[in-house]
Amino acid sequence: MSAATSHFSPLARLLHWLMALMIIAMLFIGAGMAASVSARHEWLLNLHKPLGIAILLLVLVRLFVRLTTRQPPLPADLPGVQVLAAKLSHVLLYALMFILPLVGWAMISAAGDPVMLGSSLQLPGILPANPEVFAFLRKAHTYLAYLLFFTVLAHLAAALFHGWVRRDGVLQSMMRGKEG
Amino acid sequence: MVDQLPPVRPATPPLSPASVLLRLAGIGGVVAVILGGFYYVNGTLDPQRLSPGKLVNALEHNNGVHPGYRRNHAKGLCVAGYFQGSGAAQALSSAQVFGTERTPVVGRFALPSGNPYAPDSSVPIRSFALRFTQANGQQWRTGMNSMPVFPVGTPEAFYQMLQAGAPEAATGKPAPGAMPAFFAAHPETAAFLQWVKTAKPSASYATERYNGINAFYLVNAAGQRQAVRWGVVPLGQDAAGAAAPDAADYLEQDLDKRLAAGPLKWQFNLTLAEAGDPTSDASKAWPEGRKVVDAGTLVLVKAQAQNDGECRDINYDPLILPSGIEGSDDPLLAARSAAYASSYVRRTGEVDQLPKEPQP
Repeated sequence: MSAATSHFSPLARLLHWLMALMIIAMLFIGAGMAASVSARHEWLLNLHKPLGIAILLLVLVRLFVRLTTRQPPLPADLPGVQVLAAKLSHVLLYALMFILPLVGWAMISAAGDPVMLGSSLQLPGILPANPEVFAFLRKAHTYLAYLLFFTVLAHLAAALFHGWVRRDGVLQSMMRGKEG
Repeated sequence: MVDQLPPVRPATPPLSPASVLLRLAGIGGVVAVILGGFYYVNGTLDPQRLSPGKLVNALEHNNGVHPGYRRNHAKGLCVAGYFQGSGAAQALSSAQVFGTERTPVVGRFALPSGNPYAPDSSVPIRSFALRFTQANGQQWRTGMNSMPVFPVGTPEAFYQMLQAGAPEAATGKPAPGAMPAFFAAHPETAAFLQWVKTAKPSASYATERYNGINAFYLVNAAGQRQAVRWGVVPLGQDAAGAAAPDAADYLEQDLDKRLAAGPLKWQFNLTLAEAGDPTSDASKAWPEGRKVVDAGTLVLVKAQAQNDGECRDINYDPLILPSGIEGSDDPLLAARSAAYASSYVRRTGEVDQLPKEPQP
């Protein structure tokens, strides 16, 4: 094996694209259900909760994969400010992927509501019921979700900039393997 | 500057400035489409959509903002007790609550207005909300009212009714013709108007029947679904009819006095729909003579002031249901769930502003 790799591992790529799909769906589901009084509110909410827990579990797997596999280095000619933006935005993405489902779980707990993932699957509460804690977490859930949405959008724009303008192999490293 | 850097990979032919611009525009286009889609979905680009916030804003507009209080059914008190299932509903629903074990209940009696200082005699309607906590941790929450039907069948019509009742800036009262015009334009309000004609503000919360009004499905262990409406009927309480005192606050004292003398009981009835009975329209009563199952007895043993009682922090969301009970296609259910959530986040952030004792 060479010291440096030019592509993400197949498992890392699978997790990236699977979670990309889930997170984008989740952001639209969340925004839509919070703005609706129709039956959509209910069925979106019933999707939102199990999907959030699935993302929480997957991000744990993903962190493990990230820490145990080799990442392709950024291009040597990438300006320092872009290197910094890349590193910080990835830290932010990982942090939000992990924190948002936890805040959702915690806020349902703080409301004193049973944490139901379906008609009978119930998770334990992770916080005692407390109205002020609920109000804080509920608002934080929205603000953090918007922060995640804009970070994902910036990540997408940067990936396309690498792929379409710089054409430096960064987008390719997540699109396909070495053979591709 | 460009030629200072060594080529890091097989060189790609450089892009012309026009091509770079075109590609940047392409990236901008992708971002704009996603942004536009998101802001449509969150309602910003769809201002006509009825959102939970809009409904709650209308309640606040009509009643004023009273920090810490529910935005509707603001005046009330907490009660606690238990539900003693009869076992008779077990064939219809697998929910644990219908077994013969006792299920603890935290409830709330209230007036149907967003004003926490409304006089008790100002409306002929009283409401009763319940939270059952099953031994398995699942919960059943329901909000019931003393009327037999809801005035309207959809959240849109409810919003229009709130708008018709909105006070005008000049007078502080709704425009004189607005409510009659609303009722004329909404013939589905006929059943409610018929009821309200003879309804009187009761002297007690304890002597009222309360109706769940919205339809639900009971699901049994075999997966069979039965549409139902539920309600409670007072057991052994003084008959209604005692004239309400001409005072602002008598319901709470009445309940305290009755509870000091002993528990208060209601029979919990499940009315079973027959084919063709509307499940999606809470403004329509089901025909007389439907089979009624006595699911058990609701027993209240104590009351608490709402500002520091156990019910204060409960959102009586009608779609928090245990396994064995499901919502129906009644559009008011999702709307109530969504609007209550909006009211709940507003008021939970304000609990520190609640007066310790209800104001005189």
